[in-house]
Amino acid sequence: MKANVISRLGRTTLDSIGRLGVASRFLMMILTRSATSWRRFGLIVREIYSSGVLSLVIILVSGLFVGMVLGLQGYQTLETYGSAESLGVLVALSLVRELGPVVAALLFASRAGSAITAEVGLMKTTEQLQAMEMMAVDPIARIIAPRFWGGVISMPLLAAIFSITGIYGGYMIGVRLLGIDDGAFWSQMQSAVDFREDIVNGVIKSGVFGFAVTTIALFEGYDAVPTAEGISRATTRTVVTSSLAILALDFILTAFMFRG
Amino acid sequence: MPSDNLVEIRHVSFSYRNRSVLRDISLVIPRGKTIAIMGGSGCGKTTLLKLIGGQIRPSVGDVVVNGETVNRLDNASLYRLRRSMGMLFQFGALFTDLNVFENVAFQMREHTNLPEEMIRDLVLMKLDAVGLRGARSLMPYELSGGMARRAALARAIALDPMLMMYDEPFTGLDPISMGVIGKLIRRLNDALGLTSILVTHDIEESLKMVDYVYFISDGRIEAEGTPDEIRASTQPFVHQFVHGEEDGPVPFHYPAPAYAVDLGLPDRESR
Repeated sequence: MKANVISRLGRTTLDSIGRLGVASRFLMMILTRSATSWRRFGLIVREIYSSGVLSLVIILVSGLFVGMVLGLQGYQTLETYGSAESLGVLVALSLVRELGPVVAALLFASRAGSAITAEVGLMKTTEQLQAMEMMAVDPIARIIAPRFWGGVISMPLLAAIFSITGIYGGYMIGVRLLGIDDGAFWSQMQSAVDFREDIVNGVIKSGVFGFAVTTIALFEGYDAVPTAEGISRATTRTVVTSSLAILALDFILTAFMFRG
Repeated sequence: MPSDNLVEIRHVSFSYRNRSVLRDISLVIPRGKTIAIMGGSGCGKTTLLKLIGGQIRPSVGDVVVNGETVNRLDNASLYRLRRSMGMLFQFGALFTDLNVFENVAFQMREHTNLPEEMIRDLVLMKLDAVGLRGARSLMPYELSGGMARRAALARAIALDPMLMMYDEPFTGLDPISMGVIGKLIRRLNDALGLTSILVTHDIEESLKMVDYVYFISDGRIEAEGTPDEIRASTQPFVHQFVHGEEDGPVPFHYPAPAYAVDLGLPDRESR
C-alpha cells in the first residue's frame, strides 16, 4: 500500500517534470521561430486586438471597482489616524505595485488565456494545424508566435489601464464622495510614487505575468487531447495553472523588487 | 531522368507506442494515376499518407517522393517538397477564422509575392473549378459538409501540386455530394496532370474512379489490383470488404475470452 502511494507520487512527479520539459522546448520553439511575426507585424497586431482590446471591458470595469473599494476601505483606516489625505498614495501604490499587475493578469488568464487555449485546441482537433504544416507553413511561426507576442505586449498595457482606472475609482470615492482635498490627493501621490521603484517594477511584473500566462495558454492548447473533453480540460488547466503561476511569480518578484 | 513512379514506399514499417501500425509495406504510385488505398478503420491507411507527407517518419524503410527520400530530408527541404503536395483532410480542415476566398488564397499569400489582382483571379479560377465561385465570401461554418470539402479541395490545388492526397474524402457526405467529390477528384487529376492517392473505405465510389487499388489489413498489403480485378477477386479478405460481410478474415468480435466463461458458465461449451 505504502509502496503503491510512493510509486504513484514518483510517477506524478516524473510526469510533471517531463511536461515542464516539453513546455520549455515549446517555448524555445516559439522564441526561435518568431522572426515571421515581427516581419509581418500585422499578425501580432491582430492578436493584440483579440487578447488585449477584447479584454478591455472586463479590465476597465474591474479596475474601477477595485479602485473604488480601495478608496472606501483606505479612507476608513486612514481617517482613524487623521491622515485621510494620504488616500491617493495608498490607492496608487496598491494598484501600481500589486493589484494592477496581479488582478489584471488573473482576469487576462480567464478571459484571453482560456480563449487562446480553446482556439488553438480546436484548430488542432479540426486538423487545421496539420493542414497548415502540409501547406509548408510552420504553425508555430504562423499561429503560435503571433499569439504569444500579442499576449506579452497586451498584458502590461492592460495592467496599466487597470491601474489608471483604479486610481480614478479611488479619486471618485475619496475626493468626489468623501471630500478629501483634491490637491492633497494628487500631490501626495505624485511625491510618494517613484517611477523606477514602483511604476517600472509594476510594468516588469505584468510583462512577466503576460509571458507566463500566454505560454501556458498556448502550450495547453497545442498539447490538448484532440477531443471536446480534451479541450475542456486544457482550458480549465490554463486558468488554474496560470492563476497559480501568477501568484507564485508575484511573490518571487516582490521579494526581489521591494526588499526595502 | 525522373522515375515513372512519383511515390515509392520501400519496406516501410511503423510503430507507435510499441504498437505495430505498418509492417514491411512496399508499394508504388505511378505518375498521373489515381490510386486508392483501402482497408478497415484503424488499419494504417492514414498513417501511410502521413508518412508520404513527412508528418511522421518510418521506423524502418524509406518513403521516396519524386526521387527524394522524405524521411531523410531536413525541415527546410521537407517544406520545399510539401509545396508540390496537396492534401484534402477528412473534414476539410478549413481555417475557421478565414472565409472561403481567404482559405484558398492562404498558400498564395504565404509562399508567393503575387499581386493582389492576380491572386484574386487565381482564387476565382480554383473556386470555379469546384463550383464555389459564388460562395467566396462565406465563412466555413456557413458551408455544408460537401461544400466544405470542395472549398478545401480548391485550397489544396491552389499552387498546382504534382501530388494530391485525399484522406477519407467521402466520409459523412450525402450520395450527391459523394458523386460530385468523386468526379471532381478524377477530373482534376486528369485535367491538371496530377497524381492522386485516395485513402478511403468507401468501396463503391472509389472503384468507379481509380486506376489501381491497394488493400491494407493489419498493417500489411493484403491485396492489390485494378478495380475490375478487385471486383472479381475471390480472396477472402477482398470478398468480405467488397461485399460488406459482417464476419470473415476481419472478425466481427473484438478478441475476448470465451463467452461462457465471461458469463460465469465455465462448464458449458464455450463458443
